[in-house]
Amino acid sequence: MAEREQIKKQPSRTETETETEEAAPASTEKGDKLKAELDDLLDEIDEVLDENAEEFVRAYVQKGGQ
Amino acid sequence: MAIVKVLGLETEYGIIIRGSSDPNPIAASSALINAYVAELARRVAWDFEDETPGKDARGFAREGSMPPEVETHLVNAVLTNGARYYVDHAHPEYSTPECANAMDAVRFDKAGERILARSVVAASRILPPGQSIVVLKNNSDGKGNSYGTHENYLMDRSVPFARIVQRVIPHFVSRQVFTGAGKVGTEASSTLGMEVTFQLTQRADFFEEEVGLETTLKRPIVNTRDEPHCDAQKYRRLHVIVGDANLSEVSTFLKVGTTALVLSMIEDDWFSRAGDRDLTLADPVIAMRRVSYDLSLTRALELADGRTMTALDMQWEHLDLARKYAEDRGLESVGGDEIGHEILRRWEHVLGALESDPMSLATTLDWVAKYRVINGYRERHGLSWRDPKLAAMDLQYHDVRPEKSLYERLGMERLLTEESVLAAMSEPPTTTRAYFRGKCLERWGSQVAAANWDSLVFDLGTDPLRRVPMMEPLRGTAAHVDALLQGCESPAELLARLGN
Repeated sequence: MAEREQIKKQPSRTETETETEEAAPASTEKGDKLKAELDDLLDEIDEVLDENAEEFVRAYVQKGGQ
Repeated sequence: MAIVKVLGLETEYGIIIRGSSDPNPIAASSALINAYVAELARRVAWDFEDETPGKDARGFAREGSMPPEVETHLVNAVLTNGARYYVDHAHPEYSTPECANAMDAVRFDKAGERILARSVVAASRILPPGQSIVVLKNNSDGKGNSYGTHENYLMDRSVPFARIVQRVIPHFVSRQVFTGAGKVGTEASSTLGMEVTFQLTQRADFFEEEVGLETTLKRPIVNTRDEPHCDAQKYRRLHVIVGDANLSEVSTFLKVGTTALVLSMIEDDWFSRAGDRDLTLADPVIAMRRVSYDLSLTRALELADGRTMTALDMQWEHLDLARKYAEDRGLESVGGDEIGHEILRRWEHVLGALESDPMSLATTLDWVAKYRVINGYRERHGLSWRDPKLAAMDLQYHDVRPEKSLYERLGMERLLTEESVLAAMSEPPTTTRAYFRGKCLERWGSQVAAANWDSLVFDLGTDPLRRVPMMEPLRGTAAHVDALLQGCESPAELLARLGN
């Protein structure tokens, strides 16, 4: 299924973004690709997340701000 | 004709010491800044074999004749990039130098993040074992306490303030669709009957008035602080407290770029001239939250004249007006054609994408990026939106340490090279008076007794101290003073040639 550029009010796109109209198979492809990217990201992020996240959230208090 | 929208960003960073039984944010903020300044001084000594600690950057007391600020006794450094780095209330704060366009504002704001990150490393070397400092570029602790990111724009004093208030509020309310840094949950007492699991902005929960002087309580959408830091007869500095701290370069660029354009239009009374398109909201304070809570971007807001519009439609109206303004009046006030058209182009792109497929902006805008990763994590692990892990991810998005920052993992679009950001940590912008300030500090830091936004005070070792006023934000640029500075061996010579 051919992809076509989405042009409505969108004069430009960066390379990293995908741009397809709502043609169903393309949309699924796009959805799968985005989901795969997100899965990779979430795998990676599990390693970065703070071990003591809950304790950090509890202790994080900021008074006196503007 | 609208004057050039000289602009700058001030950011109060969140700070916490881990591993301390008695954490003190003021002490931590001071340690952070002192550690950074000391490291710079060491490096200068090493680079130039010159025993002048404080040449590159140093703490300054404000001069006695200037209106004192409340925190005069706290750490206050002025850097060679023309920025101010200091302790404000209980936070480390970084104010960019004056910038003449939105791209420079992004550059110097991003340089501030790198300065904070380097400060964290420097401070870690002097903290007791087991302690560490975490610094976040965000605006809320998630418990009802907020701290600000303020924008500043130079305006013509002759523009009636009432006109600014009337015309800028609709922009401040509706621009949240691209300026938001995203937040899990809400801290407002009322959510207007909406269920808020995630919202577009950090700050919308905290605004209670339309107009006022306050910044720490009853925060107003339009702040009336009148302290221009330049010729007060000619200029006003519009102090904008309603925005979020952005990590996304595109979000920052659009936040200041579109606002500079809207303020230019207000200055030229363009809203009236273009066939009075009155976008006055029926209740702007409510509308702030209504926009922030609406992830669908489709909820209509009530206007004072009875019409209804979505925030996106309001932004399309602003863009339409701005395009006509650009054709008719040009783009000089926002930094010229190249940057002006870049603002218009990106504004249009972002509005179009928000309308058709917001998630396509997951590597462009902060709130979309944050939503995508946190919601993805939530779905993967079957968590409730109230799970503290998600609140922790929200905070960690803003961590200035590159190895900890979630933002840094997301492959976000950049407008600047990292090289130019790193250069901006020490090199001032070339097109405002910040150039003169930064270069004088770089060359003669040990003989600068005080550096303020609108003056430099030299101590030549003779009485009295010598002050150089800098009342014009667009004088003291590289074009104006580079030859002069190159031709002077000492500040005494500089002052003589300035006729001071």
